[in-house]
Amino acid sequence: MIAITLLLLPVIFAIILLLAPAASSRRIALIGSIISFSITAFAYSQYLQEDFTKLNFDVSWASAFGIRFNIGMDGISLILVLLTALLYPVIIASTSRTVISNPKAFYSLMMLMQLGLMGVFMAKDAFLFYVFYELTLIPVYFICAVWGGDRSIPITLKFFIYTLAGSLLMLIAIIYLYFKTPGSHTFDIQAFYQLTLTPVEQGWIFWAFFLAFAVKIPIFPFHSWQPDTYTVSPMAGTMLLAGLMLKMGIYGLIRFILPIVPLGLEDWVDFAMVLCIIGIVYASLIAWQQQDLKRLIAYSSIAHVGLIAAGVLAANTAGLQGAIIQMFNHGINVVALFFMIDIIENRYGTRWMDELGGIAGQMKKLGVLFMIVMLGSIGLPLTNGFVGEFLLLMGMYVFNPWAAAFAGLTLILGAVYMFRLYRNVFLGEVKDHKMTTSDVAGWEGFILIPLCAIVIVIGIFPSILLNVSEQPVQQLLQFMNDHKSGVSGL
Amino acid sequence: MMVLIILTAAGILAMFASVFNGRSVVLPVSLSGLFAAGYFALLEWNTNTTYFEAMRMDNFAIAFTVVCLFAAFVFLLLYHYMHYSSDVHYAEVISIILFSLAGVVVMVSFTSMLMLFLGIEILSLSLYILAGLKKKDLLSNEASLKYLLMGAFATGFLLFGIAMLYGATGSFMLSDIAYYLGLHKAVAEPFIVTGIIMLMIGLLFKVAAAPFHFWTPDVYQGAPTLVTGYMATVGKVAAFAALVRVFQLGFSPALETYQFLFAAVAVTTMFIGNITALYQKSVKRMLAYSSISHAGYMLIALMAANEVTNGAVLFYSIAYTLASLLAFAVVAILQQKSGSDEVSVFNGLSKSSPLMSITFAVAMLSLAGIPPTAGFFAKFYVFSAAISDGWVWITVLAIINSFISVYYYFAPVIASYMKKGNEEGIVLATPVKVLLAIIALLTLLIGLLPGSLSYLI
Repeated sequence: MIAITLLLLPVIFAIILLLAPAASSRRIALIGSIISFSITAFAYSQYLQEDFTKLNFDVSWASAFGIRFNIGMDGISLILVLLTALLYPVIIASTSRTVISNPKAFYSLMMLMQLGLMGVFMAKDAFLFYVFYELTLIPVYFICAVWGGDRSIPITLKFFIYTLAGSLLMLIAIIYLYFKTPGSHTFDIQAFYQLTLTPVEQGWIFWAFFLAFAVKIPIFPFHSWQPDTYTVSPMAGTMLLAGLMLKMGIYGLIRFILPIVPLGLEDWVDFAMVLCIIGIVYASLIAWQQQDLKRLIAYSSIAHVGLIAAGVLAANTAGLQGAIIQMFNHGINVVALFFMIDIIENRYGTRWMDELGGIAGQMKKLGVLFMIVMLGSIGLPLTNGFVGEFLLLMGMYVFNPWAAAFAGLTLILGAVYMFRLYRNVFLGEVKDHKMTTSDVAGWEGFILIPLCAIVIVIGIFPSILLNVSEQPVQQLLQFMNDHKSGVSGL
Repeated sequence: MMVLIILTAAGILAMFASVFNGRSVVLPVSLSGLFAAGYFALLEWNTNTTYFEAMRMDNFAIAFTVVCLFAAFVFLLLYHYMHYSSDVHYAEVISIILFSLAGVVVMVSFTSMLMLFLGIEILSLSLYILAGLKKKDLLSNEASLKYLLMGAFATGFLLFGIAMLYGATGSFMLSDIAYYLGLHKAVAEPFIVTGIIMLMIGLLFKVAAAPFHFWTPDVYQGAPTLVTGYMATVGKVAAFAALVRVFQLGFSPALETYQFLFAAVAVTTMFIGNITALYQKSVKRMLAYSSISHAGYMLIALMAANEVTNGAVLFYSIAYTLASLLAFAVVAILQQKSGSDEVSVFNGLSKSSPLMSITFAVAMLSLAGIPPTAGFFAKFYVFSAAISDGWVWITVLAIINSFISVYYYFAPVIASYMKKGNEEGIVLATPVKVLLAIIALLTLLIGLLPGSLSYLI
């Protein structure tokens, strides 16, 4: 029941939004997202009590094709659903300051996007997964293109075609796997796990899935859509893309590549890992040179998710656990950072590093809050980023010490570009004295303080998330190793 | 048989009504004709009634008949609301449409190749006339003449092919031909090869598959936009049903021999259609090329020739028909308002007519094959048909085409949502609004509940 409610709520609220007056759109969307969050919190408590009955939902959808509307949550899904539900009120609230033309359409699209995201993270049927995966593309495309800045039309179209191209390859792989299932075929992901495929087949399927997810994540060299799209999109669109949408790619890596094509992974993992590591270093170096704060965070995001993807590909407990918790952390941190950059842009009318300076003196609270999130982002102990990056690097060390060594550069480079940002923007001389500025206002604090609290709480008690994902991760790895040695199980 | 009689009778009534100043009864007569025809067609569901050993109303035939009747219904309503007062030949147009439907019924239900020829001729002659409807418009005349000349040429091929096959097998009946081919393993005899290839050329011309597609863009652009919509939906779907039928009932033993030929035509068609569509400035011409590319996707399902082929072709036809009807309806309305069919007429459409812009967007998403629209599931179905027989390479090419197509399908959508234009509201008649909304909802509904259609075949 909980699972299907989480999918129905956004649809219901999208319809309410279309009927209600435009002036109250934001409030309605906010109420909808808060209800979703409370239901997700309830789901979390159910999960902790090991009561899984309400977390699954399964009906026939198109029986002639063996497609089922089969959704449910295990620990991995739950963390991502939780992240979606948690960030949604934040993202909607963050639009308070901006004047949005045609708010009905904007918030309805946001709700549809939530439907797609929740659906992707909960789908247990590969066809359903694909439909939701594509469904997210339409609302986010329109949000970014219609409400975006200059040149948003060609840039977002590139984004759309790029990601669609990737996911269509995945569609071929899914149909191929479907016809490999025995009897009257099925799209059930669990049934895909049981297939015995030759190493050659696995290689091809690995690439079909990997390309789809690599574009979405994005992994070097498939990242070229990302910085431009992040830059031109409205802030809410950027938050959706960076905080939530790219997690779909990593989630896909975990769900599809590891258990279904372990031999394909084994053959190609070195190559894929090298791509991830190049991405980490390359994006960090570019972030170091950026003047536009939004673009800087966009590139830093490529570096961070590259590390997460590398951790998944390492395919061991530490790597996967680190990837899952770091997906959550990255979502929180990047949304908080984008929100604070939005505040700066609003107060000073620019987000160029050259034109800013000494903000910490004028906006003391913002200086402190930014510092906390920044430390989380670069992975200082006692912040959330430390736990995630430590586990990720540990996982990579087990995989190959050299990989860990190169990927570890992200810690150093991350500190370099973030401290450069902090020094230039928050410290130093105030560049423009004419600007009258006020510090973080009430509602902004309501958004930022909880996010900062999460950064620290997860840094100190990472087990609240790690415990949830541990059992499914063990199961997944166990299954993958069995599958590799030819024993089917689970 | 009732279906044919009703459609012809309704056509004759509609034609005479205008002679006796009965313009106002034309629409009720023709619509009730359509509904009655649909009703009698559905009565024969699961009966496999055979008429004169020349036609068989099996479920395949009924399903395609109903799809075409629906498309004609939409066309008639739109034509009525857009041209009732302006077109002196209003009643004749409607009766020609009804006559053409008689051809459609024959084309989807034949079991003898003579009936195939008759059906194609009945439909084609109606379409030649319809293409030249605007008799004072040079482009419309060009379209009509070009279509007639090229169409006659193709019919020649078709007839020649039928004659060859008759010479080799001694029968027009599809079942006899199939029996002969199976018995003598004669798929490679010169007469048979020539016959089948000529027949293929004739039919591929009608579905506008490359390299027999050269008439399509000019004819589609020259013909009045609504007629283009009719040709692109009913004309193409019926010809496709005929193609599937002739190969399934008649040449199934030979299909493996020709599979590669179909694969080559499918790939060429998709690439030519999609790549040329990228460069079009006129939305109408763009839709013409896109309709060529869709013939390519359908040919993939035909080529696979397995148990899912029928379902895939039918599903694709339904999704394609709904989306194309929407697209051509919107283009026709905009063209009537502004006199142009360039992409720029879509500028600011989301302000001037939110309904048209959203339905058009749904149509484009469906044609591009993006979930949750019917078009996505149609593509999925076609790809499944191909992959289940191991045709992965052709699916990869089809998918490359799918994302090429996104680029041009999105151009008018981008124009309507993101570019500024004339914000003056466009007033539509209520039935037209309802019709557009219903087709758009159907497109979404079939995409969301694809299982509902899968029981049809």
